[in-house]
Amino acid sequence: MRQHKLALCRDHYLDWIPEQTERFIKKYEMFQRDEKILVAVSGGKDSLSLWDILARLGYQADGLYIGLGIDEGIAYSSESQRLTETFARERGLKLHVVDVQREYGQPIPVLAQRSQRGQGRPCAVCGLAKRHVMNRIARDLGYNVLATGHNLDDEAAVLFGNTLQWAGEFLQRQSPVLPESPGLARKVKPLCRFYEREMAAYAILRGIEYIYEECPFAEGAPSIYYKELLNKLETDKPGSKLIFYLRFLEARSQGLFADPIPRAVALHPCPNCGQPTSNNDWCSFCKMIEKTKVAAE
Amino acid sequence: MTVKLILRGQEYEVRPGMTLLSSLEKIAVLPESVLATRAGEMILEDEILKDGDVINLIAVISGG
Repeated sequence: MRQHKLALCRDHYLDWIPEQTERFIKKYEMFQRDEKILVAVSGGKDSLSLWDILARLGYQADGLYIGLGIDEGIAYSSESQRLTETFARERGLKLHVVDVQREYGQPIPVLAQRSQRGQGRPCAVCGLAKRHVMNRIARDLGYNVLATGHNLDDEAAVLFGNTLQWAGEFLQRQSPVLPESPGLARKVKPLCRFYEREMAAYAILRGIEYIYEECPFAEGAPSIYYKELLNKLETDKPGSKLIFYLRFLEARSQGLFADPIPRAVALHPCPNCGQPTSNNDWCSFCKMIEKTKVAAE
Repeated sequence: MTVKLILRGQEYEVRPGMTLLSSLEKIAVLPESVLATRAGEMILEDEILKDGDVINLIAVISGG
């Protein structure tokens, strides 16, 4: 790990990752030992590793898998679900499964097509559905915290994209912890300071079987392009990604991105699902589902 | 006298005696974007590749 000027053997590496995760949980005040954590698991290396780490550290962490219904000839969702269920069963961990098609009528690609959101890509609808389901399950089942497996490369790529556009509102909100608010669970990213490569190494060395295939719709996504650019920089200047992200967090905490005129966003419960929304009527998710029903008629 | 590198089903051949890092540069793959295994064991960038080695490169970039 050139960015840390550190070389560890297998056993020490497998201890170092949970130790560092515990340090980040405390440093950013993510959660306490008595809180119930819901880990959003996709079957990928990051989320399964996060669940493994939290379980090893002794936290009360259950999993949530959202079946998106993405097939595209490689059975992407069903294979992800199989790997996630196997992971949970082998470790005796509790897993909640929500199937989008069963609950909302259609799989993600069809919802995206019928709602005409996202300019031909289902990623916008996928993100909207995942946020809705994660928050619903956390609220309905009494979880204090929702944990996701975002790693440093994910965070640096989002930061890079937002910086290119000077998207102040998004820069202000990017953080290892998003505090809870009425109707919205606290969201935390305990892996936000680990490189993507470090998490892949952890998963492989721990013998975690994860889905190697990329989501078929991710090809050509801007975030992947930004990750490649940042990896070129990292190869020439080890530690660049980490410094980029940490200096940003520092600047943010010192108020660099603070709104000069603080504006309170009024949230109220969606009349259909009850989740908080800034819309005047139904939330974006309920509107999207309704639109797909109308389109099907 | 070759070393085989496999990434996402695509095969590349390099000369033995190079380090993993040099071989990645040779086939234009960013070291930051992959992990390498030989016979199921992870190997590091300074590992010297030997004749007949088959190196599996695991892409680590994900997301969308």
